[in-house]
Amino acid sequence: MSTEPIRHRNFKAQAERLKRQDAFFWFIGLLTLGFALITLLSLIVDMAMTGWPRITQTFFLSFPSRLPERAGIFSAWVGSLCVVLVTSLVAIPLGIASGIYLEEYAKKNIWTKVIELNILNLAGIPSITYGLMALGFFVYKMHLGQSILTAGMTLGLLVLPIIIVTTREAIRTIPSHIREASYSLGATKWQTIRNHILPYSSGGIMTGVVIALSRAIGETAPLITVGALTFIAFLPSSVMDPYTVLPIQMFNWVSRPQEEFHVNAAAAGLVLLTMTLFLNGTAIYIRYLFRKKYKW
Amino acid sequence: MVKKAEVINLNFSYTDKKVLNSVSLPIYENRITALIGPSGCGKTTLLRCFNRMHDLYGSVKYDGQINLFPDQLNILSKEIDPIEVRMKIGMVFQKPNPFPKSIYENIAYGLRVRGVKKKSFIDEKIEDSLKKAGLWKEVEDRLHTSATALSGGQQQRLCIARALATEPDILLLDEPTSALDPISTAHIEELVTELKNAVTIVMVTHNLHQAARTADFTSFMYLGKMIEFGESSQIFTNPKEQKTENYITGRFG
Repeated sequence: MSTEPIRHRNFKAQAERLKRQDAFFWFIGLLTLGFALITLLSLIVDMAMTGWPRITQTFFLSFPSRLPERAGIFSAWVGSLCVVLVTSLVAIPLGIASGIYLEEYAKKNIWTKVIELNILNLAGIPSITYGLMALGFFVYKMHLGQSILTAGMTLGLLVLPIIIVTTREAIRTIPSHIREASYSLGATKWQTIRNHILPYSSGGIMTGVVIALSRAIGETAPLITVGALTFIAFLPSSVMDPYTVLPIQMFNWVSRPQEEFHVNAAAAGLVLLTMTLFLNGTAIYIRYLFRKKYKW
Repeated sequence: MVKKAEVINLNFSYTDKKVLNSVSLPIYENRITALIGPSGCGKTTLLRCFNRMHDLYGSVKYDGQINLFPDQLNILSKEIDPIEVRMKIGMVFQKPNPFPKSIYENIAYGLRVRGVKKKSFIDEKIEDSLKKAGLWKEVEDRLHTSATALSGGQQQRLCIARALATEPDILLLDEPTSALDPISTAHIEELVTELKNAVTIVMVTHNLHQAARTADFTSFMYLGKMIEFGESSQIFTNPKEQKTENYITGRFG
């Protein structure tokens, strides 16, 4: 060990060395980011170039057909919207209420710990598992059939953990002194939640909801198991009707041998991608708005 | 002098850890009582017993009484809802904590919680409590702008106004100036001294000069025990206990 006093060290050389390390990590970071972005971008560009000529009004307003040039995504995007609507009705109230319950009401004991851990795990299990569970429960046990209702509830369960987790995280960002201010004025728990917790966390909650819905729109695997059809030449008239959704339609077209159907698939993919990008953009915008609105 | 409240043999534990040990002291009406002592002595814990703030965090045990006069209501009793207690006893915190809403809504909240709906009454109460808190002149033309845009000192006076609007029996101040600059601190001290005509005040402070300047009574706490209680003039000039003397002369703490 050197007994040389610290102030005698060559700080200039040391700073130079640290700066070189900095530059190195900056370069590595840029490289990996660039790699990811270029891969994604080339996929999108390729799909856009292939699919763009098919993006016309008739493509949106035509039912699927065995003739690729007459096939469209009318039933698919209407089906997607209906399914996501059911998903929203199921997952948003349940997810937000569960998040509030776990964060504000539940006693912090071993059971809540177990539940919390399970919710985190649920967010990570493969979506096909939800599909199989829904097939057993919604389709066979509850006899809901291969309907929009089944599909919406299946996706609702799938995205429920996302909404619960983001709700809890949004609530947790509210400092405890704001809560205490409300309680110290004689407010009840519900008054505090209603007037403070919910409004201040609504930005975070809405962000989570939008991200959850955008995940639901793109989901395919669980819907295959609960019986989304691939050829639907009519619009649903009730939630018990059969349906198809955009990713399923796309999947179907991709698996056809004719080249022209692949063009249709690319066009449908472009529509789907635009929808999810739009939703994610909305989520970012909401978060930005609320960050500006609430400061403590 | 009339007693507004009395703490009798209060023991308090928090997840099986005893924080207050047989604390007793009187709180006199329209007087300022300061709680002083080194960090961790339990003074803030004692203050937060007065409005049952600890109940928010589970696993706490009160043993003993805090009786509120004139009706001899033991606010620590299990039969009494903490919400009822907080309706009677207001609190101002260490760090100014206005809600991220308008100045108007901040003060109206305590009234709305109590079911007050009449706008003219709320308007009147807002003006009145802002005047009492010495903030009216500065904010009268921007009541509907955000409270978080105010300076730290103004925010703290807003928090005082918010507590006053609900006409509390006792106002608890938890180191109300520790996050403020000297000018805002002087402002708040002056205000607190004026306020005692309207409300009984219990104040935790780390600033011994502040206690000596503003408080009528001071109690010195150490390791969860009440070491000495008396008139501030006596505590700061002629303490009876050696520990009190050591603390106020800066020998420990």
